[in-house]
Amino acid sequence: MKVLAAMSGGVDSAVAAARAVEAGHEVVGVHLALSRMPGTLRTGSRGCCTIEDSMDAQRASNKLGIPFYVWDFSERFKQDVVDDFIAEYAAGRTPNPCMRCNERIKFAALLEKALALGFDAICTGHYASIERDDKGNPELHRSLEMAKDQSYVLGVLTTEQLEHAIFPLGKTASKDLIRAEADQRGLSVANKPDSYDICFIPEGDTRDWLGDHLTAEPGKIVDQDGNQLAEHDGTIGYTIGQRKGLRIGRPAADGKPRYVLDIRPKEREVVVGPQDALQISELSGARFSWCGKAPANTDQWQEVQCQVRAHGDTVPAEMAIIDSEMKIRLSEPFYGVAPGQTAVVYQGTRVLGQTTIDKTVSAQAANV
Amino acid sequence: MKVFLDHASTTPLRPSAKKAMLKGLEIAANPSSVHSLGQHTRNLLEDARDSIARSLDCNRSEVIFNSGGTESDNQAIKGLFWERNKATARKVVISSRAEHHAVLDTVEWLEKHEGAEIVWIDVDSLGQIDFKQLADEIHLRRDEIALISLMWVNNETGVITDIPRVCSMASQHGIPVHSDAIAAAGHIPISFKDSGLAAMTVSGHKLGAPIGVAVLIVGRSVKLESLVHGGGQERALRSGTMNYPMAMAMAAALEEASSELDWREKQLGELRDYLEAEVKRLIPEVEITVAGGNRLPDNSHMIFPGCQGDSLLFLLDIAGVEVSTGSACQAGVIGPSHVLVAMGKTEEEANGCLRITLGYNSTKEDVDKFLKAISEAYAGAKRAGLSAR
Repeated sequence: MKVLAAMSGGVDSAVAAARAVEAGHEVVGVHLALSRMPGTLRTGSRGCCTIEDSMDAQRASNKLGIPFYVWDFSERFKQDVVDDFIAEYAAGRTPNPCMRCNERIKFAALLEKALALGFDAICTGHYASIERDDKGNPELHRSLEMAKDQSYVLGVLTTEQLEHAIFPLGKTASKDLIRAEADQRGLSVANKPDSYDICFIPEGDTRDWLGDHLTAEPGKIVDQDGNQLAEHDGTIGYTIGQRKGLRIGRPAADGKPRYVLDIRPKEREVVVGPQDALQISELSGARFSWCGKAPANTDQWQEVQCQVRAHGDTVPAEMAIIDSEMKIRLSEPFYGVAPGQTAVVYQGTRVLGQTTIDKTVSAQAANV
Repeated sequence: MKVFLDHASTTPLRPSAKKAMLKGLEIAANPSSVHSLGQHTRNLLEDARDSIARSLDCNRSEVIFNSGGTESDNQAIKGLFWERNKATARKVVISSRAEHHAVLDTVEWLEKHEGAEIVWIDVDSLGQIDFKQLADEIHLRRDEIALISLMWVNNETGVITDIPRVCSMASQHGIPVHSDAIAAAGHIPISFKDSGLAAMTVSGHKLGAPIGVAVLIVGRSVKLESLVHGGGQERALRSGTMNYPMAMAMAAALEEASSELDWREKQLGELRDYLEAEVKRLIPEVEITVAGGNRLPDNSHMIFPGCQGDSLLFLLDIAGVEVSTGSACQAGVIGPSHVLVAMGKTEEEANGCLRITLGYNSTKEDVDKFLKAISEAYAGAKRAGLSAR
């Protein structure tokens, strides 16, 4: 196959590309430029898309003996990922930009361009596996290395996208093995630090960064009954489940700590309350997709496991499509889930599908 | 078999340049040493200087060797600006937005750090500067102008500017003119003496010398503040031990290139015209960017509508044809050409261009191989479209 290896300049994508070459594919390395004015060097583990990363990707490609190019997706990335990120926060939601990037850039814009230019598939260094069911349909599964598992952020992929994706790292038991392999292959990125944070927020401070992109409008901090407890400088910096930094002078009547329960940018209100009120027993979202073949009888409740954060816990749940929405009933509550987050549903190791959360039902309300 | 049609980026090393350099490498001595070995290498260096002075029609003392075109442009522009502001404040720098980044970024640095005021001269759709605007600005600001820097030939489009005309306008008011002549030297006849320039940049690797050698020609009476300080070599404008093997390579390459000007004009010109006629026949919607303009005989700059230059480049490279979009790239990212934007093209047009440049060893077979690959590459690049940015 003609394979485009998306190379970030990190160790994972370099080893993924090496394995694709070894598997006998005709591989071309491509680094995505996602920012028009890339920083020169990266500091520690923060950020990517710097000139250093691009050079590292090129160096790895040279080492593997494959052609290398840089493709500019900066405008698409700004529109579809960065602007979306800002708009979601402005609406009081908590987006996952890596998921949007997979959905709209890596496995959309890049894949489209790759197919048009004659490639058959895209290879990335994601920790996840593609397997086939007995009829040959592609399925996405968790990686063997659970600590690095990235199946959550790939939950947005459809059958069509899975058909054109290769994840060579999914069956490797640990990241240490990947680093050792990189070292053995003479790849200079073998000991390069991992990147964890949001790539377009190089300083790693999301709140600070958002402050530069959104105007803060002061408003009220209220309790669940709407009584004003304090004032805030703007809703932007708050996240659901947050406890510290609320700066409410008076303690609660019961003396227990208070948490952010809801953010209402239109009313400029931040609602706080007891921890119990953060318990979520149901989730739903109108924007959902199936990762691979859709399950049968989706109008019936099915047993699944649900995960709402990239490296968060999963809980047993039931899922069904009702009134064109994916509804998920959790058997154990999640704490502090915000609209805008993505709920990915699994059956065992297989990713079944996902939805962007629109609504949550608190466990307290459900019990009433 | 690969086809190389990107001579404007770097042309292959000429055998004559290699031979000259190897001769220099055979003997190691500091040309500033007093002993006879040092005198010997000094002699080799000065032979190279004489040769370059002959090729560029200047005085031997006007030839300053250094490491590259970017260094030369920086030295000329900053050096003139600082010198001209020693006694009187002259903060205006005249240039154009179609210049190479070595000039653009240098004048912008002066704006940011030294209080310079840049006056940009417009270019028209054929890449020609607006002489009327230039005359007006010179007339209006004559006492405030530190220098004028305008390139002799544009590195992307191959458009030729009438530099002697610029100089004659400036000289009436004693304003020094610098020209980046990197794309001109060895391509068209140029004479430093007749041009009226104060300073002129010429780089070695565009002529068939190795990368890493260039000259700045500085008129005998022209004073420059130096960028670097040290032993005072090269008229104290380029302190540091002189790199005579590279100087020898550059002299040989420039001498050979200068002897080929008629051949370049006629043979390469015909080959270029053949290439463009065939591309137009295969892909009628292609626009020859400066068709009918005053341009180099060996440069073909084209706009391919509805596609991105990087897709086109990728597909041609995979097919074994090495060309360029001509625009500067940062960390491998090919941006829209600032030269085309300066000429009034849209960003879309400035994204979908291709620069094919012929060199001393180009043949009709090379061009035919390009023609064989271009239709399919264009079809593929068009499929990939403009959306994926």
